[in-house]
Amino acid sequence: MKALFFTLIFVVIAVACWQFVKLLGLTKGDQIATEKENNINGWLMLGLLGFIYGLMIYSMYGAKDVLLPQLSASAEGEHIDLLFKMTMTLVLVVQFVMQFFIFYFTFKYRGIKGRKAYFFADSHKLEMIWTITPAIVLAGLIIYGLWVWNEVMDTSDAENPLIVELYAKQFQWEARYAGADNELGNASVRMIEGTNTMGIDFSDKNANDDIPLMVSEGKFVKELHLPKGRKVIFKLRSQDVLHSAFMPHFRAQMNCVPGMVTQFAFTPSVTTAEMRLNKDTQAKFKHINELREKEGKEAVEFDYLLLCNKICGSSHYNMQLKIIVDEEADFNKWLAGQKTFAQLN
Amino acid sequence: MSDHHHKETYVTKYIFSQDHKMIAKQYLITGIIMGVIGVFMSMLFRLQLSHPEQSFSIIEAFLGRAGEGGVMTPDMYLSLVTIHGTIMVFFVLTAGLSGTFSNLLIPLQIGARDMASGFLNMISYWLFFLSSVVMVISLFVETGPASAGWTIYPPLSALPQAMSGSGLGMTLWLVSMAIFIASSLMGALNYIVTVLNLRTIGMKMTRLPLTIWAFFVTAIIGVVSFPVLLSAALLLIFDRSFGTSFFLSDIFISGEVLHYKGGSPILFQHLFWFLGHPEVYIVILPALGITSEIIATNSRKPIFGYRAMIMSIIAIAFLSTIVWGHHMFVTGMNPFLGSVFTFTTLLIAIPSAVKGFNYITTLWKGNLQLNPAMLFSIGLVSTFITGGVTGLILGDSALDINVHDTMFVVAHFHLVMGVSAILGMFAGVYHWFPKLYGRMMNKDLGYLHFWFTAISAYGVFFPMHFIGLAGLPRRYYNNTAFPIFDDLLHINKVITVFALIGGLAQLIFLANFFFSIYKGKKASKNPWNSTTLEWTAPVEHMHGNWPGEIPAVHRWSYDYSKTDENGELWGGQDFTPQTVPIREGEEEF
Repeated sequence: MKALFFTLIFVVIAVACWQFVKLLGLTKGDQIATEKENNINGWLMLGLLGFIYGLMIYSMYGAKDVLLPQLSASAEGEHIDLLFKMTMTLVLVVQFVMQFFIFYFTFKYRGIKGRKAYFFADSHKLEMIWTITPAIVLAGLIIYGLWVWNEVMDTSDAENPLIVELYAKQFQWEARYAGADNELGNASVRMIEGTNTMGIDFSDKNANDDIPLMVSEGKFVKELHLPKGRKVIFKLRSQDVLHSAFMPHFRAQMNCVPGMVTQFAFTPSVTTAEMRLNKDTQAKFKHINELREKEGKEAVEFDYLLLCNKICGSSHYNMQLKIIVDEEADFNKWLAGQKTFAQLN
Repeated sequence: MSDHHHKETYVTKYIFSQDHKMIAKQYLITGIIMGVIGVFMSMLFRLQLSHPEQSFSIIEAFLGRAGEGGVMTPDMYLSLVTIHGTIMVFFVLTAGLSGTFSNLLIPLQIGARDMASGFLNMISYWLFFLSSVVMVISLFVETGPASAGWTIYPPLSALPQAMSGSGLGMTLWLVSMAIFIASSLMGALNYIVTVLNLRTIGMKMTRLPLTIWAFFVTAIIGVVSFPVLLSAALLLIFDRSFGTSFFLSDIFISGEVLHYKGGSPILFQHLFWFLGHPEVYIVILPALGITSEIIATNSRKPIFGYRAMIMSIIAIAFLSTIVWGHHMFVTGMNPFLGSVFTFTTLLIAIPSAVKGFNYITTLWKGNLQLNPAMLFSIGLVSTFITGGVTGLILGDSALDINVHDTMFVVAHFHLVMGVSAILGMFAGVYHWFPKLYGRMMNKDLGYLHFWFTAISAYGVFFPMHFIGLAGLPRRYYNNTAFPIFDDLLHINKVITVFALIGGLAQLIFLANFFFSIYKGKKASKNPWNSTTLEWTAPVEHMHGNWPGEIPAVHRWSYDYSKTDENGELWGGQDFTPQTVPIREGEEEF
């Protein structure tokens, strides 16, 4: 019934709009647009331009603090950031200029009775200019973009990379380090049984030295450690539906697809401790903690995150894992403290 | 056209009508009803995003059990975004926009008595109606409507164990879409045949208004790509109901291993986006066609670069079928394929830029009549550019890595296709309302509608880019699980305020639209002093469109403000209808 009530309210508002205008007697005879209307709307269009510019500036200024830290936490991410800055600059310039022309012309040439429009139907030269200019600019963007893409995706020249498996399931992450032989043992969903939540095939000789971060006794995996300065190749698997391993600070993302193993790689370049000292991070977290304090929530510290970024079900919005980047020596010490499958079984 | 008039009954005139003008109205009204549902859903989930965990009685009122206590459940949130997307993309912006204006304008602007097949046209509408009914019914099933996102990627959409919306709700979604595709194909074939075969004497392809070019090319893209989605939907139905493994493999869910083996979820994505990307152009090209016509008419100038516009429509259409992979850069697709799709995707910027520049040049030195239709059209050019430029970021595989599936994408596509197409649709309604209903819409309400809509569209989607750049993923029920997103809440609040204003402002349109049908001022034959053929037809609708002979055409459709060698306007007026023969000493453009 309440729904009916709300619907009625909407109908009443709509009727009121009509009645309002009728009362004011604004319904006019002229069908196209009067000079007065052209004038008012011409000015208003100029105002809309101002609004759009204002919004651009406000958003960029207001977003300064909320954005990801400018410092990429991976070496590969630096290429992406540079490409991003170049593209974004181009985008903003084009946006600024094009919007100016649209609204300025709308304002300047707003209709006046008796003025003749200029019959200007074609210009081969102009058409050539605005076909070729974007083509040249885009050629540059494409070439540089593809170079970066190749740099990020190609792992064939990695020396002694760390192999880490990320295993996604509704709605948590598990992980597995490849261990002493740096090779992951085979796994399959058909092997999942009891405590073997990742479906590891223990008859595979590569499997026993693997180091799992598993869900055990209903406890979530708390954190994933990575070494600074060593290339990490992630092998991604999913148990049930599509997930996506999104690590925004590292400029890294790859889907986890049931039935296949996907891959993404990067070299962490900033430890968690270093990132906590970063200027942007500090400003952002200062702001966040102020807001949290107002709401009576406890203060938080910066941490790298792994988020799920492919809709995967009702708790998709809370499928996360903390990532900690250590100096390589600390990382090795931490890893040595973890149990291999052989030790666990 | 038979000469004797058999008496039309109420049913054959208003319900099972084969007249293209009536079918256009049916499409429009159905589209508007679906639009109201779709927009209303977005207002509800905006409340959830900006005020998580806060209770709203309106949510409880409309969502019932899924909104108990005034807070929607996560499943309901996902259902809302899914159905909002589906309804807006397919039911409003494909059927509502293309269905309305292709039907109305193709016969009238090319000079035909009706569509090539009135019967097929009628079936096309009624299948659309049926699919709308099925989609609306799916909102009421016990387990909830489809909720895997409008892209319905399996396995999520294939397994009822994965989420409750993937049960009966998903089945109905697929059935509805299969019917919708059948409807859309019948419509599209009809449009293509009509444009190719039924043009009046003198109406060469190079004299067609750009609206017709846009509808024609759109229909071709639809015929090429919609069947692929149909096949994907059918295969998914097989996987769901008959145990095949086209898209599924190696799945362990709810404590058991499923039997599926050897399929690939990525195959589905290829099939989906082979339609899904052209779909974007199926949505936006008709809007751009409408805009071209309205901007030229109200600038009192020919559209600049008519042939370049046609070339860019064709180029966009061609490229649109070979760029689908840019939705899949991070799905595990081969990185080399990613490179190819980056290349083709960024190429699309060239014809799009040409269109943008041509619109601006058309405005230059015009005598702009800023009526509501014109404002909406200029608004479209603006949002099309604002939304389009960020395509350079998303279309670049390397940059897509970090913005893929974030709110940045949501902002981008809403501006470039959602808002732009809906502005185009409004422009079309204001401009051709006299042709649809023989009356004028109220101009002041039109202005009010435009200003609220334009401001709130920018207010919603501009800041949204930045929360996306802050790393906020889309399709998150709330952001409170991540302290890192705590500082985005105030931006989300601003967005919601604009969204509510924008949504409510559509009531102005609805009021104006429905009252004008009955109470609007009677329209004259050619209210906008336009050159095209539809304005030579009588205001009162008649079967066959023109009494007597169909007028012959002697010139292109953009002879506005054309002057003779002395600099005087031809015939003393600033427009020369297409039916006027080329005068002595006049050069045809």
